[in-house]
Amino acid sequence: MLPFLARRALYMVLFLFALSLVGFLIIELPPGTYLDVHIARLRNTGVRVDQAEVDRLMHLYNLDSPIVVRYFKWIGKFLGGDMGISFQHNRAVIDLIAERLPATLLLSSVTMLFIYAVSIPVGIVSATRQYSLTDYLFTLTGFFGLATPNFLLALVLMWLFLKGFGVSLTGLFSADYVAAPWSLGRVWDLLKHLPIPIVVIGTAGTAELIRIVRASLLDELRRQYVVTARAKGMQESRLLFKYPVRVALNPVISSAAWILPGIFSGETVTAIVLSLPTTGQIFFSALLTQDMSLAGSVVVIIGALTVVGTLISDLVLAGVDPRIRMERSNR
Amino acid sequence: MSGTATTSAAAAAAAAAEQERYYTASHWRLVRAKFGRHLLARAALAVLGVIYAGGLFAGFLAPYGTRTVAAEFAYAPPQRLRFVHGGRVQLRPFVYGHARHFNDTTWEWDYHPDPARKLDLQFLVTGEPYRFWGLFETRLHLFGVPQPGQVFLFGTDKLGRDLFSRNLHAIRISLTVGLLGVAFSFVIGCLLGGLSGFYGGPIDTMIQRVIEFLIALPTIPLWMGLSAALPLDWPALRVYFFITIILSTVGWTRLARVVRGKLLELREQDFTMAARVAGARDLAIITRHLLPSFMSYLIVDLTLAIPYMILGETALSFLGLGLRPPVVSWGVLLHEAQNVQSVALHPWLLIPGLFVIVSVLAFNFVGDGLRDAADPHK
Repeated sequence: MLPFLARRALYMVLFLFALSLVGFLIIELPPGTYLDVHIARLRNTGVRVDQAEVDRLMHLYNLDSPIVVRYFKWIGKFLGGDMGISFQHNRAVIDLIAERLPATLLLSSVTMLFIYAVSIPVGIVSATRQYSLTDYLFTLTGFFGLATPNFLLALVLMWLFLKGFGVSLTGLFSADYVAAPWSLGRVWDLLKHLPIPIVVIGTAGTAELIRIVRASLLDELRRQYVVTARAKGMQESRLLFKYPVRVALNPVISSAAWILPGIFSGETVTAIVLSLPTTGQIFFSALLTQDMSLAGSVVVIIGALTVVGTLISDLVLAGVDPRIRMERSNR
Repeated sequence: MSGTATTSAAAAAAAAAEQERYYTASHWRLVRAKFGRHLLARAALAVLGVIYAGGLFAGFLAPYGTRTVAAEFAYAPPQRLRFVHGGRVQLRPFVYGHARHFNDTTWEWDYHPDPARKLDLQFLVTGEPYRFWGLFETRLHLFGVPQPGQVFLFGTDKLGRDLFSRNLHAIRISLTVGLLGVAFSFVIGCLLGGLSGFYGGPIDTMIQRVIEFLIALPTIPLWMGLSAALPLDWPALRVYFFITIILSTVGWTRLARVVRGKLLELREQDFTMAARVAGARDLAIITRHLLPSFMSYLIVDLTLAIPYMILGETALSFLGLGLRPPVVSWGVLLHEAQNVQSVALHPWLLIPGLFVIVSVLAFNFVGDGLRDAADPHK
């Protein structure tokens, strides 16, 4: 187990390094620097900015040094918690992200639970009743779930709720509770607002996972040991849950590797449409206003979260299935 | 007795002939035959054919151009095609022109069909000039209504542009983004997957780590970040080109994995050894012997990668970070429907979404059918 752990940890460090390169690239790519924007803004407000001042600012923000030096200075500060200033909000980037991250984490983890809670039972039902009406119904729903962009689903649901109940389903809290301190009423309000975003973000992942559960359980149900157990007169429900379902759930655990990025992707788009107070929304407005230090930092943070999540799912899988431990350390 | 004997002999001969046909049929012929048995996939292929044809002949099929403005008909709802007027049935379809009055509460024009303004649909009419495939100028359109009436089958947008025409023209962009993106992914995926699987060792490890890294990233934020970096003053064609490249940054990984897996399997086979002994170079072995032997699997994965690209472009353009007007794609059209108020007042703005869903579904069904057909000997 130890060499396996060490290998995974090493990969994670490499991944995080690559991720920081991507984040830095996003910050550096746009033509013109955030300093140009800043100087233009200063001039607009009547502040006189001469060349000496520009040079001083250039030096202050390390814009006069080569790109490699800039990268190491940036990542050094980043790791120390200094992610720069957001010119759009005029606040430290880390504060902005820290404000929004809890909502993102809450939404993503609840969506993850939703995906598993729906797709595993549905997958089992579909597999045990293959080619039945239920199976076809689930398969068809799954196809539509995969083909519908989340933003479209969000829009249609909002529209239906507006038409049907006259309520607007934006945000995570209603107006009364947005700034209120935590109370039972606020929790209840949050619970009322959660289902729509969860369904919107989770649909695609659920649809894909149902297919995986169904396929792997079908493979398992054809095995000899199942036939033997049935021939011996084992009770059907016991027969199903004793081994086949447990074996079929292995690919489900490893699926976390692509479900997590999917959730964060969906969360970004959905947050914009439903105006959820998560990182997705500030990321979007940062991109529109070329507030790149904020945008790049969000990409790095969200990416790091998915990488860590993937590592955890790998460890769980290795703990559950000894074959994986062995195979990876033998390679 | 002798009668049944001859029929069974004939049946046996027929079965033998059938079997012989099966054994002598080429690989691709078997693939085609197996795909043909997949009804849903065939239907989906037909749907895609119709949609692509719609895009190809958009200039002719659409009554108006993409930028033609009917200013007095902003946000006009879709007109229904009708066949019954005043209790009389007629074969020629017609629409009712819009009557409008100003709504004091919404501060917009309200439209309702006016039976007094009956507009018969005319076929093969002359209308606005357009260039057919950029070859020659023509004014011929499939249908239209007599001037000064206007026909809006899918309604109009905020400037009064006909959404039926715009949706048809959008096919060209939306459904080629997927094809072009897949072409990029194909080249990169084959190259890197090929290197990875053929050489193995450290090259393989490195490429596999890069792939794992790209799969672990949330795609939409990455795409958004990259496409936000495209300068606003770029010409539309260049933006389109770069968006497809951005979409393929992740798309090639799946393909590279398939290529690698198959190569690992095939490089140990006798025919590879034979080619090597005969003195064929590595590149020749890969392109002449290995690639063709798993081409069908590649095609399956390519088909299944297209819908992801279409969805990606739609999401980016919807957010205003992908393609931008005056380019017309389904995502660009959906950009108008960004908030629930405009959707509630003008639900027909969501029609491009239906096109997206239908074409993505169709690509998925075709891909599924191809997957079954890819191994016709099963």
